Amino acid sequence: MKKLVGENYTTPDLLAKVTGKARYAEDFRADGMLFAKLLLSPLPHARIRSVDTSAAEAMPGVRAILRASELPAPADTVTDLGETIRANPMGERALTDEPVYAGEPVLAVAAVDEETAVAALEAIQVDWEPLPFVVDPLVSLRPDGPSPRAEGNTWGRAPVESGKPPGPLTVMPLKWKAEDFADYDQGKMPMGEPQIDWNYGDLEAGFKNAALVLDETFSMANNQHHVLEPRTALAYWRGDKLHVHTGTQSAVQTVASISRWMNIPLEKVVLITEYTGGGFGSRATGAVICMVPAILAKKANAPVMLRITREEEQYIGGIRPGMHGRVKAGFAKDGRLTALDLFLIGENSAYEAQGDANSGGRFISLLYQPPAMRSRSITVLTNTPPRRAQSQPGGLQAIMIVEPVIAKAARQLGIDQVEMRRLNAPEGKALWGPAGRDGKRGYITSAFLKEALDKGAELFDWKTRQARSGKRTGSTVRGSGVAVSSFVAGSTGFDGLFVIKPDGKMYVKSGVGNLGTESVFDVHRVAAEMMGLRWDQVEVAWGDTSHPLPWTCVSGGSQTTHAMTRAAHAAASDAIAKAQEIAAQTLGGSPASYRVADGRVSAGGRSMSLADVAKKAIELGGKYDGHTLPENINKVTTTAATALAGEGLMGVARDTYPRDGTTVSFVAGFAEVEVDVETGNYKVLDYTAVGDSGTIIHPRAYGAQVLGRSVLGMSHTLALKTVYDQHYGVALATRLHQSRPPTILDVPRNMKWDAVNLPDPETPVGARGIGEPPVAAGACAVMNAIAAALGDDVFKRAPVTLDSLLMALEHGRPMQEPLTAHI
Amino acid sequence: MSHDDAHRLHDVPASVSRRNFIKGVIAGGAGVSTAAYLFRSGTLVSGQARTGAVERLITLTVNGQTRRVDVAPQETLANTLRYKLGLTGTKLGCDRAECGACTVLVDDVPRYSCSVLTHSVRTKKVQTIEGLADPDGTLHPVQAGVVLEQGFQCAFCMSGFIMATVGYLKKHPSPTREELAHGVSGNLCRCQDYDKILTALHRGSELARGVTRG
Repeated sequence: MKKLVGENYTTPDLLAKVTGKARYAEDFRADGMLFAKLLLSPLPHARIRSVDTSAAEAMPGVRAILRASELPAPADTVTDLGETIRANPMGERALTDEPVYAGEPVLAVAAVDEETAVAALEAIQVDWEPLPFVVDPLVSLRPDGPSPRAEGNTWGRAPVESGKPPGPLTVMPLKWKAEDFADYDQGKMPMGEPQIDWNYGDLEAGFKNAALVLDETFSMANNQHHVLEPRTALAYWRGDKLHVHTGTQSAVQTVASISRWMNIPLEKVVLITEYTGGGFGSRATGAVICMVPAILAKKANAPVMLRITREEEQYIGGIRPGMHGRVKAGFAKDGRLTALDLFLIGENSAYEAQGDANSGGRFISLLYQPPAMRSRSITVLTNTPPRRAQSQPGGLQAIMIVEPVIAKAARQLGIDQVEMRRLNAPEGKALWGPAGRDGKRGYITSAFLKEALDKGAELFDWKTRQARSGKRTGSTVRGSGVAVSSFVAGSTGFDGLFVIKPDGKMYVKSGVGNLGTESVFDVHRVAAEMMGLRWDQVEVAWGDTSHPLPWTCVSGGSQTTHAMTRAAHAAASDAIAKAQEIAAQTLGGSPASYRVADGRVSAGGRSMSLADVAKKAIELGGKYDGHTLPENINKVTTTAATALAGEGLMGVARDTYPRDGTTVSFVAGFAEVEVDVETGNYKVLDYTAVGDSGTIIHPRAYGAQVLGRSVLGMSHTLALKTVYDQHYGVALATRLHQSRPPTILDVPRNMKWDAVNLPDPETPVGARGIGEPPVAAGACAVMNAIAAALGDDVFKRAPVTLDSLLMALEHGRPMQEPLTAHI
Repeated sequence: MSHDDAHRLHDVPASVSRRNFIKGVIAGGAGVSTAAYLFRSGTLVSGQARTGAVERLITLTVNGQTRRVDVAPQETLANTLRYKLGLTGTKLGCDRAECGACTVLVDDVPRYSCSVLTHSVRTKKVQTIEGLADPDGTLHPVQAGVVLEQGFQCAFCMSGFIMATVGYLKKHPSPTREELAHGVSGNLCRCQDYDKILTALHRGSELARGVTRG
C-alpha cells in the first residue's frame, strides 16, 4: 500500500505558482474588457438626496453607470435541509444609497479605462444628507448615545406572543443605564443588559471558596484581514450565463452566494477561482462587491474588470470585531479555577452581526474547565466597515481577554505557567459551553492538550527559559510566556467524488477553495491511498465550476481537513466496494475476499488492475460508472456525478460516518521576548507551537498553518489595529503601513512546530483541522511573555504598543484610556 | 484622547457640517480616494492635451526580449508588464511600495514595479518571474528551492519574494538564513508563512551555489 497520508509531497499547483503562470482574478483578460471604479461614501452615515450623472454619462469612453437602486433584490436562501432563510433587507449589499460607514461603495462607473472611469466619478454630483453616526460601541451603549442606524444599535427580534414563531431579525436600540458606567473612569468595563447570558455550576460558591479572585478589564482592537490579493473580480455574460473570476474560500459554495446576490438560478453561474490570494475568513463565500462588475457587464454588454485598490480593500475587505472584556475569575490555592464570570462587548458594523462575542465564552469553558461559569455578551453596531469572520473568530478575542488573567493568577499563586494551564486543561471528551435543551452540557470528540503542553515545554526548553524570565541585562528584560488555545475544527456531511478511468488513473473533483492551505489537494490523498494508487496516478480538477464538482464545505473555521477527508474516505470506500463486486463477478469468489492495493483488486491468485475494473464498470453501467447514484448525496453532487457518468469506476458518497461530540483542535504556544525598558521596544526572540488536531495529513502544510496562523495571532499583539477619527468618523489607518502586518524581521527566524499526532477517535481518518487555534496561541504567548518580563498591569489592551509600554513604565501604571475603540 | 472627550463624542455627529467634515479629513491626512491605482488603456489619451509630451511608443527589454510598447507618461512598470505585455506573474498587492508583491529586477536590482515609471527603464534590462526559468522549462534554483520545500501558501506574494531573492543573491551569493531574511524584508506575506518561505528561499540559494544535500 502506498502511504500518502502523513507524507510530504509537491502540490499540483506549485509549478504554476513559481513560474508566474498561476492566474488570480486580476490576471484574466477578456476581449473588449471595460474597467469599473467605485464612488465611496466620504461620510460615516449619510443619505443620498440626489445624484446628477448627466455630465459623466456624456463623457466619451463611459459605458455604464450603476446605482444601488438597480441591484436585484437579494434572494432567500434554501438550505440543504429545505429550510428557507429570508434575505435580510437591512444587510450589506454591493452598493447603497444610505452608506453606514465612510468608504462604503455607493455607485460605480464602467469605462474603457480606469482614468476615464475616475474622471466620470469626479463629474458626478452627489447631494449628501449627513446623518448621526457613532464609531465607538460604549458611546453607543450610553443612555443618550447615538445609534448607527435610525432603527438602533443592535440586532434583535421584536417580542411576540407566546406560541407564535419569532419575528425576523431587525435592528433595534439597546441602551445601558447611567449607573452601569459608574466605574468606567476607573478603567472597569461597564456591564449592562446583555443579549446572551448563559451559565452552569454554582458561581457564587466558586468565588466564595476561591483563594484568589481577580477582576480584570481588557480590550483588543479591531483589525483588518489584509489579504494580499484585493477582492478584485472580472465578470461577463455568455448568453444568460454569468461568468465570474474572483478569489474565494469555496469554489462550490460561492456559486450559491453569487446566485443569491444576483437572484439568478445556480446553473446560470460559472465561477473561475483556481487561485485565491488569502482569505482568513473574509471571503468565505466570495465577496458581494463582485456583483458590481457582473451587473455592469450586463448593462454595458461587455466584460467588466473591477480592480479593488488597497484603500478600498481596507473598507470592504473585512475587519475582525474588536472586543472589550471583563473577567472575574476565582482560583484555589493549587491554581485550579473555581469560577469564571465573563462579559464580552463585541463591536460590529451596522450590517450583519458576527457571532464572535456570543461564541467566545464556549472556548473559555473548554480550555480552562471552570467548574462554574457565566458568559454574557452583547454585539453593538457602529458606523464602521463590515465585520467578517477572521481566523479563530470569537475564540481569539475571548482567549486574548482571559489568558492574561490566567497568567496573572499563576504569578500571584506562585505556580509555574505551564503547570497552571496543564492542571486546568480539558481531557478526552471534555465538556464545554452551556447546557442544551436536554439540560446536559455538550462535549468534544477528544482533547490531548496536556500532551501538547508537555511536548511544547520540552521542545521550547521551558524550564531554562523560565529560569531567566524577568531578569534584566542592561536596559533589556527577557520574558517567557505560554498560552493555550482551541477552536472548532471540522464539520460533517459533505460528498466525495472521483472516477478511475480505463487508463488506470484517478480523476478527483475537488470543490475546495485554493487559498493556500493545500487542503484542496491534501484531503484527496486519503482516497488515493485507500485505492492503492501512487500520487502521480491522480489528477485533481479544481477551481472552475463549469466542470463537475461535488458538494463541498467552505474552507473556513478549519472545517476542510476533517470534513473532506471523511468525504474522500466515503467515496473511496464506495469505489472499493464496487471494485470488489466487479472483481468477484469477473474472476469469481466473494466480493469480501478481494483487497484493493497497488492499483489492483486481488484475492489469492486472482487479480485485476483498476484500469480493467474501470473498463468493466463502464460495461456494467448502473451504480458502477455513475449512471445510478446514491439517493443521499447533495443535488450539486448529483449534477456533477451525472456529467461524469460512463467514464469509469465512480467513487461517490456522502459522509455519513457517526461522530459523537463536537470536533475541536488545540494548540499550545510558547514565546520568549526581550523588552527594552528604556524605549518600550520589544522583540519576539523565539516561538514554538504544538498542535493537537488528530492525525496529520500533510506535515509541511500543517507546519505552515501552525506557525503562519501563530504569526497572524502575533500581529494582533504587535501592531494591527484600526484607527478612527472619533470626531468625524473616518478611518485614519487605510494602508498597510498604518496597520502593519509583521514582516519577516518581526518574527523569530527559527520558530519550531510539532504536533501530538494522536488520531481523533470520532472520524475515520483521525484528522481534525488546524487553521484557527494557533492564532490565539501566538497572540497570547507573546502577550504573556511581555507581562512576564515587565510584571502585571503594564498593559490593558492589544496591540501592545511601544508608547503604551513606555508610558506605563514611566508612570508605574497603565496610561492609555482602555475602553475607546479604534484608537 | 481624555475621558471627557470620549464622553462628549455622542453629541458631535448632528453638528458636523459638510465643510467642517472636509476640513477635518484634510487635517487628519485621510480621505476616501479613488484616484489611485489607475490603469489607462491609451484609447482616449490622444484626445487630451498634455504638457511635456513624451514619446509614447518605446522599446523595452524584458526577459531578454525586445518589446515595442505604447506607454503613457505616467504609466507604472507594473501596469505595462501586466496590461501591455501580458506578464501577469507580477502581482499588485498595494500599488504603493508597501507589500513588494510587484518586485521585478531592473538591471539586476529588485525594484517595486508599482513605483517605477515605465519610461524610466527604457535603457535597462527588466526581468520578471516569467523570465526566470530556462526556455526548456528548467527552473531557476530559487524556484526549484520553493518547489522542493513546498514554500508559500496562497503565493500571491511569491513572485515578488522570488525576484527579491534572485536580486539579493546576485550580490550576496552565500547568505545565512538571517542575512537572507534581511534581503527579502521588503516583501510582505500575509499568510505569514515566513518560516517555510525562508527555508525554501535559503534552499534556493544553496541550489544556486550547487550545494547538494545527502
